[in-house]
Amino acid sequence: MTATSLEEPPAPDGPPGADRPPPSRARRRRPRPGVRTGLLLLPPMLWLGVAYLGALAALLITAFWSQDDFTGEIQRVWTLDNFRQLFTIDVYRTITVRTLLIAALVTVVDAVLAFPIALYMAKVASARAQRLLVIAVLMPLWASYLVKAYAWRAMLSENGLISWLLAPFGLDTPGYGLVATTVTLAYLWLPYMILPVFAGLERLPGSLLEASSDLGAHSWTTLRRVVLPMAFPAIVAGSIFTFSLSMGDFIAVTIVGGTGQLLGNVVYNNVGAANNLPFAAAVATIPIAVMLVYLAVVRRTGALENL
Amino acid sequence: MTQISRGLRAVLVGFTALVLVVIYTPLLLVLLNSFNADKTFTWPPSELTLHWWDVAAHSTGARSALWTSVEVALAATAVSLVLGTLAALALRPTRFFGRNVISLLIILPIALPGIVTGIALSNMFTTVLGVGLSLFTVVVAHATFCIVTVFNNVQARVQRLGSNYEQASMDLGAGRWTTFRLVTFPMLRSALLAGALLSFGLSFDEIVVTTFTISATDQTLPIWIFQNLFRPNQAPVVNVVAAVLVLLSAVPIYLAQRLSGSHAEGLTGAR
Repeated sequence: MTATSLEEPPAPDGPPGADRPPPSRARRRRPRPGVRTGLLLLPPMLWLGVAYLGALAALLITAFWSQDDFTGEIQRVWTLDNFRQLFTIDVYRTITVRTLLIAALVTVVDAVLAFPIALYMAKVASARAQRLLVIAVLMPLWASYLVKAYAWRAMLSENGLISWLLAPFGLDTPGYGLVATTVTLAYLWLPYMILPVFAGLERLPGSLLEASSDLGAHSWTTLRRVVLPMAFPAIVAGSIFTFSLSMGDFIAVTIVGGTGQLLGNVVYNNVGAANNLPFAAAVATIPIAVMLVYLAVVRRTGALENL
Repeated sequence: MTQISRGLRAVLVGFTALVLVVIYTPLLLVLLNSFNADKTFTWPPSELTLHWWDVAAHSTGARSALWTSVEVALAATAVSLVLGTLAALALRPTRFFGRNVISLLIILPIALPGIVTGIALSNMFTTVLGVGLSLFTVVVAHATFCIVTVFNNVQARVQRLGSNYEQASMDLGAGRWTTFRLVTFPMLRSALLAGALLSFGLSFDEIVVTTFTISATDQTLPIWIFQNLFRPNQAPVVNVVAAVLVLLSAVPIYLAQRLSGSHAEGLTGAR
């Protein structure tokens, strides 16, 4: 089940090789499959393989160039200065660590919130309730990203709803800062976690739960030892989105983040205000490297097939 | 289901209800806020009015940004429909060397943070190719990460249906193109519509990649909202636009439900 697909997953227990064409007359008339595949792949591969990968490669190269402080022109001379600054200036190290921690925290919060909801949707709710819940979870996904971030700004303000709700308990709103950023990002990306986990749990055969129960396991034990391990690849699939989206965000940070900066803001400020594209490119290599390592690690869990 | 104890069931129901309340509270506040007489939003609102809806209806900035967004989203969707479908058809039954690499390449634009996609494409357009930023560059950027939604939908459909119908068609003497037109395409139609819907939504709402690939003079709706968010005089208009977007989000949900029958579980925008 793909997070970006409306389709139900293909039947897992279909006969192997059902799609294999029988040796028939039709087969002889076809051009060689390799040629056909190649022709079909040519346009998308030109677009993604040449243009997109080319753009990423050019970005990496730009990261090794520098910027003339006076003219603002890019100087096409190889230098490691950008990376040296990135790794030696404390503020960038702080921002990198902060960004990774917040992205990880948002992912954990979303996984913890999403799992029970997805479990309820997939294995407890009636067919009708399940349909309604899917809609209820999807609706906010289609509401604009900015609108939701802005709503949190209003809620977190001194005169906002959270302050009003917490006042009787002697508490106050966290205001704008890293807590607000984490809460807002977790809110924004929650559906991206719920949906893959729901799809994963829906595929989990009910007979497994029955078997576990027949063998005397309490339902909490079944949950911990059967459901959770089987849902793990789906949770990891969801985490790719929540982690990556959090790591690159700078808009929500601008809206509710107060003075706390993330990597995205550093990139944005260096492209815009500071007009130092080479340094921005060097900063952007951090999320690229982190995501490539992350994707390589999670490949083993089968998460990529759950995307 | 009998294997889930009553206690666990109660916990799940309560938890789900609680999270749904948290999910909907901000959205309802946005709706309420659009009727707020005060320019700054304070809870609880003191007085309600329809005035800002009237002002927003006459906001030329918001309206032209809306149309720009629609145009960009339509163009990006068209490109990603073609490229995503080709890729999905190419990858179907064949297993070949590099297949996994190609799948990874298709998901890469959404797996990498938007800021990376944005700055990489922006850098390519301005520094490498010397093309000025415009709505064209926005469409190219959006199409790049929309391909995956079409690809996923079409691929799931062709995997589910297999190739028996097409083989039957060709056994009966239809050529490759006739088979595509009369057999393959009709089978894919609803998957294509679903993919198109997701692409449109993804492009329509995109701001990070857009920020880096749009010219200073063009505005999509998210860019317009972001630029007016912190202007005190525009805030009430932004509130109304926000409310309209919340209400409009019901449309794709309705369409997706109609398209997909009982299976709408994967309807995410991926970003």
